[in-house]
Amino acid sequence: MTAEQPLLKVSNLSRFYGGRIGCLDVSFDLWPGEVLAIVGESGSGKTTLLNCVSSRLQAQAGRVEYRMRDGRLRALSDMGEAERRFLMRTDWGFVHQNPADGLRMTVSAGANVGERLMAVGARHYGHIRETAVDWLQRVEINTDRVDDPPRAFSGGMRQRLQIARNLVTAPRLVFMDEPTGGLDVSVQARLLDLLRGLVSDLGLAVILVTHDLAVARLLSHRMMVMKDGRVIEAGLTDRVLDDPREPYTQLLVSSILQV
Amino acid sequence: MSAIEGIARTNFAYLDEQTKRMIRRAILKAIAIPGYQVPFASREMPMPYGWGTGGVQVTAAIIGPEDRLKVIDQGADDTTNAVSIRAFFEKVANVAVTTHTRDATIIQTRHRIPEAPLSEGQVLVYQVPIPEPLRFLEPRETETRMMHALEEYGLMHVKLYEDIARNGHIATTYAYPVQVAGRYVMDPSPIPKFDNPKMDRSPALQLFGAGREKRIYAVPPFTEVKSLDFEDHPFTIQRFDKPCALCGSTHSYLDEVVLDDRGGRMFVCSDTDFCEERREAGHVGPLGVPA
Ligand SMILES: Nc1ncnc2c1ncn2[C@@H]1O[C@H](COP(=O)(O)OP(=O)(O)O)[C@@H](O)[C@H]1O
Ligand SMILES: [Mg+2]
Repeated sequence: MTAEQPLLKVSNLSRFYGGRIGCLDVSFDLWPGEVLAIVGESGSGKTTLLNCVSSRLQAQAGRVEYRMRDGRLRALSDMGEAERRFLMRTDWGFVHQNPADGLRMTVSAGANVGERLMAVGARHYGHIRETAVDWLQRVEINTDRVDDPPRAFSGGMRQRLQIARNLVTAPRLVFMDEPTGGLDVSVQARLLDLLRGLVSDLGLAVILVTHDLAVARLLSHRMMVMKDGRVIEAGLTDRVLDDPREPYTQLLVSSILQV
Repeated sequence: MSAIEGIARTNFAYLDEQTKRMIRRAILKAIAIPGYQVPFASREMPMPYGWGTGGVQVTAAIIGPEDRLKVIDQGADDTTNAVSIRAFFEKVANVAVTTHTRDATIIQTRHRIPEAPLSEGQVLVYQVPIPEPLRFLEPRETETRMMHALEEYGLMHVKLYEDIARNGHIATTYAYPVQVAGRYVMDPSPIPKFDNPKMDRSPALQLFGAGREKRIYAVPPFTEVKSLDFEDHPFTIQRFDKPCALCGSTHSYLDEVVLDDRGGRMFVCSDTDFCEERREAGHVGPLGVPA
């Protein structure tokens, strides 16, 4: 966060579904190593915004620029499909709420982790497998499961495998959509702990979508509150949660704190 | 195939000229982009899909009165499938047929490449059941097309990785994926991987027809065809510890033949023409009799 130039610049991003607003006129910068949480009620536009920023969904207006490894800031819309897809599977990661959406359920855990390496040209089976085993350890999956398919894994293990699969290429930016969403509370806590460690160890920049303010509190440096597709309040996480300025945010925070 | 009787007086090589031109355009495009699957409007043929309607349409589109056709199935000229297709073209195109690899101008095949080296001017037509090598892990056609377009072939190695993780070695022995001219990854049809090296820089033109899937692809003569592998698990072909029981060949692909119901068996060349030629030339295997 001490770096002087933003990693990602989002300007005036809008997406509509027919006449309905998905997200409207959203702008923000993201700095290297920064974790930004996008919070809000269900239907407020968090997923739409995340997908537009990560170019999984086409925005109808606005601009997303990313600082490439060579230091140049490039508009995603100026890149060809090939370059954009290459970026998405090397320098970016995407962790889905449902691990089945981000994993190949029928191939082994080792191949799931190794796929990105093979996609960028790794051609040594022994090295790929070693790296996969190493990553299973880092996400606390027993390494004797390396040849088992994720079908045989619990929900928490699947989510940890999905994280390892994304991090194996040392991305600088990871998108996460409700990564702890479908999990039991105790499993959630362990995953959050693991995520927090990995994010700070690797210096990852993260855009984290969550409806759970406790998750935002634990993981993020900064947050944006969405309502009806717009960002209605943004700021440092502690400031927003301890001293919300917008009445809607106050309501959100107080209702969460009552739970 | 009695349906042939009724169609004997239709157009040369069964298909109408319009259809042949459409298929030839697909073939030319396929040759221009080696390994790329060109869609074509596959026609109904008077035989079921499993019988190689893709290969038959390709052959019908390229065959002329001067051609000499050989048809093999699993290496043999005398199996039902091969006999029927050969009879079909004798009927509808009145072309000369042969079982000798060297004498043929067009060889239509299912599951093998002949052992005798092919030469310039020959065309090998493969019958293809499933043309898409990425299909097994990525069922979405839109996505596999994108992967080919962008040369995203990591998935092919995922399959080989799984093979090694499960079996300790690459256990794929048929339809072993190849990369053509350093660009498109291609399914060579269900030939044994033993035959893969024969595709590499072959002087013959290789055409692949998938009838049900409506795709044609090609390897032009003298084109590099590389079998995918890992540095520490390099591609190797099958080896047989015994020679052909009939002709004694030690460098051909062998089939196991059951001799009796007491468990007796022998290994013989799957390429029947190759085996016969060797025996005619005086070679004899352990169970063979001099020709
Ligand atoms: N594919 C879609 N088609 C039509 N409307 C959609 C679609 N996806 C989302 N929406 C609408 O856009 C708004 C924002 O949805 P979404 O981004 O999924 O919100 P969140 O992730 O905050 O729950 C909602 O009103 C939702 O109904
Ligand atoms: Mg959502």
